[in-house]
Amino acid sequence: MKRSVIYSFLLVFILSSLPVQARVSAYEFDTPEQEAAYKEMVSELRCLVCQNQNIADSNAELAQDLKRKTYEMVMQGKDKNEIADFMVQRYGDFVLYRPPLSNTTLLLWSGPFIIFVIGIIVLIRVIKSKQRDHSNQLTAEEKAKAEDMLK
Amino acid sequence: MNKAAIPLVIFLVMAGMFLFVLQKINKGEYDPKDIPTELIGQKVPDFNLENLLDENDRVIAADYLGKPWLLNVWGTWCAECWREHGYLVQLKNQGIPILGINWRDDKAEAMVFLKEQGNPFIEVGFDPKSDAVIDLGVYGAPETFLVDANGLIIAKHKGAMHPKVWQEKFQPAFN
Repeated sequence: MKRSVIYSFLLVFILSSLPVQARVSAYEFDTPEQEAAYKEMVSELRCLVCQNQNIADSNAELAQDLKRKTYEMVMQGKDKNEIADFMVQRYGDFVLYRPPLSNTTLLLWSGPFIIFVIGIIVLIRVIKSKQRDHSNQLTAEEKAKAEDMLK
Repeated sequence: MNKAAIPLVIFLVMAGMFLFVLQKINKGEYDPKDIPTELIGQKVPDFNLENLLDENDRVIAADYLGKPWLLNVWGTWCAECWREHGYLVQLKNQGIPILGINWRDDKAEAMVFLKEQGNPFIEVGFDPKSDAVIDLGVYGAPETFLVDANGLIIAKHKGAMHPKVWQEKFQPAFN
């Protein structure tokens, strides 16, 4: 009996939180593909005002206007590359969260791998030096002597 | 070298680097939020905006071909725009043509602002939805562009206009 009361409370609780979870989108789309393209683009475009957010998450006024532009272009049938080009022409590669590989972004793209390789090298050296420590273990004779002393 | 000193050396090197960058920021030589502009050397976008002071009129970029001019993006919500305004009025009095773009502003407030602080602009385009602003790659105000007689953007300054920047980057085009 008690348990069912708790369950019903939980149910009410979960149901009442649902409307909060559903994010209201201001825009309506003709097809699910358009909506998917829109959502993908706004999550990959960087907000220029609050620079560590994508424009989907940003409430900055410019981000709202960039979302509207993105929506308009999606509805005009532009594909993702065309939308990305539009943004890059105006704001440069900076606007893309995944900028193309070029001289200026080479370190950005290769950095994680370089750090990974350095980490592996350091790890191997540490392991090897640990093994060397083990190599100066006691010889059988020394061990016997030590055991003798510990008696 | 003593192995124990390595972390200390790394710390000192990093602290030195942070100090160096911090000083550059304080002197205004470096802004970490700055985005390299894409528009230098390109044609000024052919915007077509409502005239802030006359809703039946349009402000069109193509009307300005044939002589160098300034394009200034501003809004009454932007503190730095208030700061540079007096200097823009000075430039206007020297005969420099300045076209204003009033960005995401309250129309009535913008009109009062120009009335009270003086109007340095030949025309002011009203851009409540960032149409021209996005085409210009602008993400903060104020921002000033220099457009040459052929309609090409040849210089740009982000932040309040002041005499040093004016003399270095902008004035030569008007001599």
